[in-house]
Amino acid sequence: MKNECLAELSETTKRFGQLAALDGFSLQVWAGELLALLGPNGAGKSTAISLMLGLQPPDSGTAKLFGESPSMLTARRNIGVMMQEVALSPELRVREHIELVASYYPNPLAPDAAMQMTNTTPLAKRPYGKLSAGQKRQVQFAMAVVGQPKLLFLDEPTVGLDIQARTIMWATLRQLIRGGCSIVLTTHYLEEAEALADRVVVLAKGRTIASGSVHEMRSLVSRKHITCTTSLAPELVATWPEVQSVNLDRGRLQVTASNADIFVKRLVTTGATFEGLEVRSAGLAEAFTELTQEVNA
Amino acid sequence: MSTTSFALGELQSTPATLRAQLRRAYFTESKFECLRALRAPAFAIPFLLSPVALYVLFGVLLAGSMSHGDAAVAKIMFVNWSIFGVMGPGMFGFGIFVATEREHGLLTLKRALPMPTAAYLLSKMIMTMFFSAIIMLSLVIAAVTFGHPGLTFVQYLEISVLVMFGSLPFCAVGLFIGTRASAKSAPAFANLAYLPFMHLGGLFYPLPKAVQPLEFISPTFHLDKLALRLVGAPSLDQLATGMSGPSSHGGPLVYGAVLAGITLFFAVLAIRRLARVG
Repeated sequence: MKNECLAELSETTKRFGQLAALDGFSLQVWAGELLALLGPNGAGKSTAISLMLGLQPPDSGTAKLFGESPSMLTARRNIGVMMQEVALSPELRVREHIELVASYYPNPLAPDAAMQMTNTTPLAKRPYGKLSAGQKRQVQFAMAVVGQPKLLFLDEPTVGLDIQARTIMWATLRQLIRGGCSIVLTTHYLEEAEALADRVVVLAKGRTIASGSVHEMRSLVSRKHITCTTSLAPELVATWPEVQSVNLDRGRLQVTASNADIFVKRLVTTGATFEGLEVRSAGLAEAFTELTQEVNA
Repeated sequence: MSTTSFALGELQSTPATLRAQLRRAYFTESKFECLRALRAPAFAIPFLLSPVALYVLFGVLLAGSMSHGDAAVAKIMFVNWSIFGVMGPGMFGFGIFVATEREHGLLTLKRALPMPTAAYLLSKMIMTMFFSAIIMLSLVIAAVTFGHPGLTFVQYLEISVLVMFGSLPFCAVGLFIGTRASAKSAPAFANLAYLPFMHLGGLFYPLPKAVQPLEFISPTFHLDKLALRLVGAPSLDQLATGMSGPSSHGGPLVYGAVLAGITLFFAVLAIRRLARVG
């Protein structure tokens, strides 16, 4: 199942006037994976998604969904969608919105089951227009999953959610993946991608600038963060060649070093006392910042 | 937290079950389109209540007293206020709803979801017809109770069916506006078409001769001519000038062809834009 390609963009280009939103961009979404599409604003993420959904055709290259043109109803019956900016009819009740979307699918969940899955059952009878922003996102998530899609497109799904609702959504996404669903996620919350994604694709200026697992992305940034309590003066540590920055915070020395092994060896060699040594790799957020800065440089 | 199993259901779709599913999608889309329009007070109250209220006030009380109970005037008033009634839901229902849904991303979401392609427009058409049916029912009750235009049951039925289908050109013009205007400007543009259509249709007063050539561009005029023929009444123009017989603009075939032409012209332009731009 893993080697089944569910959605594919091949060498796609899309221009809006002089601006190339996508510039020879290719992407495959494989069965059973959660793919996080990351990139700064204007990188081309939304355009890539809209091409895969058939909302607009590429200027060149091809877009396929389940081996067909994304405009085919038979292809779209396999997908669920949660968009970032959408205002649903405020007059309809939550259950009615979910029932409406369920009617588009050949084999949907019962609306009650979708609401239970997404923790929206208490909202069932409330008019959509009376919900908070976070509750609206939860309802849109229920609409995205009610069709039992094989592939889910989620655009910034947790914007506006409180921590509890976000945790529940993450757990639901993990369960969906375990059930065989694949997910394409765009998010600005890098910890979300870090927590959920099997694979990350970073876009900038309409092109892929990096792709791989979260671990592979993090390893693109070699620097390490080291903290410890020590008798050494920060000014001395700052002179060591592998050290990039030093900070003393509430008695703990915080060091960013290009090579943690050399730093720790040197620390031991000095004979100075130290305790509570922690070495941490750069996070996805740092990798993302570094990668996109390189492109913009 | 939920413990529901999320395993994907395997699709066992035969052509028959897919057809049934499509019917369910069309039905559900139409049902909720009607429901949400009924629940929108800014839409439902003026369009459902104003035709019958204005008909009783102007078509029955005022026109009745001015014409001293003339039977022809009673028929004209019923027909003309019926046409006035069905214009609004078509033009504003399509114009404002489509513009709003385009601007707020709902149309984009529906295009991405597996909604059957025609369900979006068909549901709005059914909503317009549903509103038209309620309006016609209220007008018929008011006519039988207060207006006494002397129509048979069959004539009431014929007029109702004619004007319900006659709302289609207004739907098409509304759709055209909805595909081009912003949510904020759509009501203004809809009014820009609605008011001239209403007045050039000669629904409320005979048009001056100098303006009469413009009647031809208003779908209201053609629908009015067709409807008046059904009840055997002259138009207000003809009544005012003492003329009878066919209008200089042609007969029922011409009226029907113009209405169909206006519907097709605006619907094709709008649907092409929806497909291209969304």
